[in-house]
Amino acid sequence: MKKPLVKVDVLNASSKNSKNSSRRKFIKLSGLGIAGSSFLLYGCSEDDMFNPGGDQGMTPDPDPDPDPDPDPDPDPDAVFDLGSGDLGILNYAYALEQLEAAFYTAVRGGGYYEGAPQEEKDLFDDLYNHEVIHREFFRTAIAAATTDTPEAMLPDLEFDLSSVDLASRDSVLATAMALEDTGVGAYNGAGDRIASATYLTLAGKIVSVEARHASAIRSLINPDSADFAGDDVIDENGLDLAYDPSEVIGIAGPFIATEFTANNLPEPMTGA
Amino acid sequence: MSIIKLLDEFSSEKLTTKSSSRREMFNTLGSFGKKAAAAAIPFGMAANSAKAASSSAMFYDHEGPLGLALVLEYLEAEFYMKALESGVIPAGGRAEKVYMQISKHEDAHVALLKSVLDDAGEDTTSPMFDFTAGGAFDPFNTSGEVDMDTSYAQLLALAQAFEDTGVRAYKGQAPALMGTPYLETALQIHSVEARHASEIRRIRGLEGWITLNNRGADMPEATQAVYDGEELTTQADIDLVGYDYGDSPLVGDPAEAVSQAFDEPITAETATAIASLFIVSEDDSDG
Repeated sequence: MKKPLVKVDVLNASSKNSKNSSRRKFIKLSGLGIAGSSFLLYGCSEDDMFNPGGDQGMTPDPDPDPDPDPDPDPDPDAVFDLGSGDLGILNYAYALEQLEAAFYTAVRGGGYYEGAPQEEKDLFDDLYNHEVIHREFFRTAIAAATTDTPEAMLPDLEFDLSSVDLASRDSVLATAMALEDTGVGAYNGAGDRIASATYLTLAGKIVSVEARHASAIRSLINPDSADFAGDDVIDENGLDLAYDPSEVIGIAGPFIATEFTANNLPEPMTGA
Repeated sequence: MSIIKLLDEFSSEKLTTKSSSRREMFNTLGSFGKKAAAAAIPFGMAANSAKAASSSAMFYDHEGPLGLALVLEYLEAEFYMKALESGVIPAGGRAEKVYMQISKHEDAHVALLKSVLDDAGEDTTSPMFDFTAGGAFDPFNTSGEVDMDTSYAQLLALAQAFEDTGVRAYKGQAPALMGTPYLETALQIHSVEARHASEIRRIRGLEGWITLNNRGADMPEATQAVYDGEELTTQADIDLVGYDYGDSPLVGDPAEAVSQAFDEPITAETATAIASLFIVSEDDSDG
């Protein structure tokens, strides 16, 4: 596993000025014993300090040139960037689905957690199915969009799930909840950055399933309560999470061993 | 223009029918859909399909999509309020806690959407609702003709139908909100409705996700319109059932799994047709 080049305390790095009243909140992974691994992260393209020369991504292009200055002999050790435009968002979603699929694969591969009743095993089988399906959907769609530029497709990531106690129901459910809530926040925060109505609809078809997942997991954790749609994730306007990509990468980063950057993701269309 | 005007086209039908023929109407939701399509649909709704195809327009009006959303939120908010007041939900139990949380959210959604549309100069008067759908249901146990268990079951079934409808309706309106400041807000409401739907379904003993176009055990036939179209297994021309999953094979029936993994949008017409079953004109004195 490569060590990160730059240690960034992303929990303190505020995203760009909050552009709407929706609450941005980091889902704390405290208590899960995540090692202090940090993540190589450049801010989104408007942050000059971290993006010397990346493009602004202001003009959405569903099939952008992922590298404005293509190198005929790319350095094999170069860090992958998600890219710009809708392709960048697709790669971003693909990364998250890879993570979720890897997690549920690990849960099932470990024989589920100790004492898992059949009903919960069945539920985790469904979660596994759905995230594998989502992952393979993005794999296929992105491959089709990058046939001429295969290097623009996010590779298979490696993951580090060592902080999860796969034998523990509490640890597995808490991790699942964090991943699903983060997925909801990621898709909700990405919607306004997508230029294509087709891609927006596809993202929409997926995010509501992630929200159904999150609700079910929260209900498993605390069945007789309001936690399925708790006040920790739904604000006083009844609005769910909506994260900037930098926030999501900060939350998911500790689980992702493969470095990648998100220098060129598109800005929100409306900035509202 | 009133956001309710487009619904008046359907409520006139309710004025002239008795309860028994309303039960028949329940099995012919398709006819409502056609009427919805034929009615003059204001604002952006009629152009929804055109907007969905366009990828670059930046000046979509938002009143149409948000007006539809507000009608659905009014419906849900009043339903949950009345459900909690009805005495049908066992006190102190899981369903009561769930309904209270959902009610809080739907009230907040009403307030948010109303404020946006009021600012836009729209008439945001709530429709009048009849959650018996003309006598087909008795979720609040007011008729004296059904027992509490039956009312409770209907109350849960209707909640499931409303939430699953809301998810699909918001999803259908997302393309029309592209380029407006309201897209993200709509997405943030949309996922909340999905959380609601999941929990209601699980209280009813179903899975939180929709399998094929199954409305689920003990859901009235009239709610099938909420689930038609959910059986898709090809997405973006990718056949995810015939797909080779290699080292990550799917568990169980692939078509069921793939259909569960994606929720499908519905059009404004379909959403309106479903909502209209529970909307009466203010002139309807029949009750």
